Amino acid sequence: MTSRANAILLAVAVLGLAATPFFAEKFYVQFFAKLLIMGIFAMSLDLLLGYTGLVSFGHAAFYGASAYTLAILTPQYQAANFWTSFPIAIAVSATLALVIGFFVVRTHGIYFIMVTLAFAQMLFFLFHDTKIAGGNDGIYIDVRPVAKIGDWQPFNLDNFVHVFYLVLVFFVIVYVLLRVILASPFGRVLVGIKANEARMRSLGFPTFRYKLVAFVIAGAIAGVAGYLSSIQFGVVNPEMMGWHLSGAVMMMVILGGMGTLTGPIIGAAVWMLLELGLQGLPKVGSVDLGKHWQLWMGSFIVLASLLLPNGLLGLGASLLRRIGKQRGKPDA
Amino acid sequence: MPEVVLATQGLTRHFGGLAAVSGVSLEAHMGQLHAVIGPNGAGKSTLINMLSGDLPPTSGRVAINGCDVTGLAAHQISRMGVGRSYQKTNVFLAFTAFENCRLAAQSRRKTSMQFFRPAVNLTEVNRSAEEALAAAGLDGRAGSVASALSHGEQRQLEIAMTLATRPKLLLLDEPLAGMGAEESASMVALLKKLVETHAILLVEHDMDAVFELADRLTVMVDGQVLASGAPAAIRANAEVQEAYLGESHE
Repeated sequence: MTSRANAILLAVAVLGLAATPFFAEKFYVQFFAKLLIMGIFAMSLDLLLGYTGLVSFGHAAFYGASAYTLAILTPQYQAANFWTSFPIAIAVSATLALVIGFFVVRTHGIYFIMVTLAFAQMLFFLFHDTKIAGGNDGIYIDVRPVAKIGDWQPFNLDNFVHVFYLVLVFFVIVYVLLRVILASPFGRVLVGIKANEARMRSLGFPTFRYKLVAFVIAGAIAGVAGYLSSIQFGVVNPEMMGWHLSGAVMMMVILGGMGTLTGPIIGAAVWMLLELGLQGLPKVGSVDLGKHWQLWMGSFIVLASLLLPNGLLGLGASLLRRIGKQRGKPDA
Repeated sequence: MPEVVLATQGLTRHFGGLAAVSGVSLEAHMGQLHAVIGPNGAGKSTLINMLSGDLPPTSGRVAINGCDVTGLAAHQISRMGVGRSYQKTNVFLAFTAFENCRLAAQSRRKTSMQFFRPAVNLTEVNRSAEEALAAAGLDGRAGSVASALSHGEQRQLEIAMTLATRPKLLLLDEPLAGMGAEESASMVALLKKLVETHAILLVEHDMDAVFELADRLTVMVDGQVLASGAPAAIRANAEVQEAYLGESHE
């Protein structure tokens, strides 16, 4: 599929989503917001995984870091200021990505995977095993941040519809920003590094610093997703940094089709719809199908990775091509 | 005397106990082609890897345009005006021929840390890429994906990418490898043209091409320089005939 077709598809989807609060129940509006948040998170990982060739298995660290930043910045029983806490939270994620990236980006292949995992787990246990921000139970953000400019409040984060639209706006900004970055001289260098890093170096590109900057951008965007998640649910816990989440987002990217930006969004959507659907499976006889949803999810992922080398987006593209070919044929 | 672009002194590389290259001193001059020949395992590729910065030398010095570049990284040496091609075709197979050269040309910008401007709008870079493709005789294939090019065209693309970085010194590692007679002839013609405006260090097994092109020849055996001089003198050298030329005509 061309990127233009992708963009049109996405524009239609975004417009459709924008209409949901007018007819959908609260549960579904919140579900779609969560879906968009995971879409942002998955896009940020795609910048590393699909475009730079950096298989980060610790991406949740940056998602969790900004969420924890908001939790720590929020005074008990009072609201933090959105306009200050948001940039601070993103800056914390970006800075963390800079520090971790400085060490991990010089490693390659399997070592990169292990080292990113190790750093993320260090952070996970920092919050899990100490009393910082509620320890392993996590912490509630009792009062959502207030987005006041003087006396004017453009949106209210206690209102789930406002949260939904805020998430939607960030989703669009992140998508457009990443598309612009990928088309820029910087983006072209990343794609070259993924294809053949040694060749890029011999062409005169100092690849380390490009990879590091990509790592920081991806970390900052993961931070956007983490911050939005913490205001939506009002709770922050160590699992937001855990390897389960890092693994899940990686699955979403691969499932949807890495290196496409749109694919990971589809992957995130399919993942979350499946999770929702499978958990709702009925009891058949003495077997509770819904309780064992992870078994069905696992089977699906195994099948998808065996049968769809280019992800769901790749499947869609090849189906479209087949239809196009059949149309092109003269009538028999 | 033409300008010295490359000079090495006592260049040596050990792999464990093996001296792959030892004590190699040679020069490459502007407007001249210096060919390095020798049997397989003589250390020619290791030598090129040291010159391009892909491999740090164990000892010895490399100077480009009179500047000591020993131990600099590959991207730094590239930016000193050194372009290299690889023995095994090493292009971006998924990209078009144009994008391969465009990316190569983009490396000559001060930095590519630009995030908001479309790369396709860098007119200077586009022009460099087009010129490089034309110089390598690939202007008709700009829009083709590299993996769809023939082997010979991929070798041309390899040279075109190198040219797009506007080097003074070309390090070419067996550009004729695997080419048919016709493709070889056009590559030889291309190299003849390029040598007018570049200093070229050529590693090559095709002796007909080497003797046709070289202004100067260095023969390496077991990591060492056996003989160095004008092609006619090398051809007449009894030691060389015994060690190498004789062998290759078995």
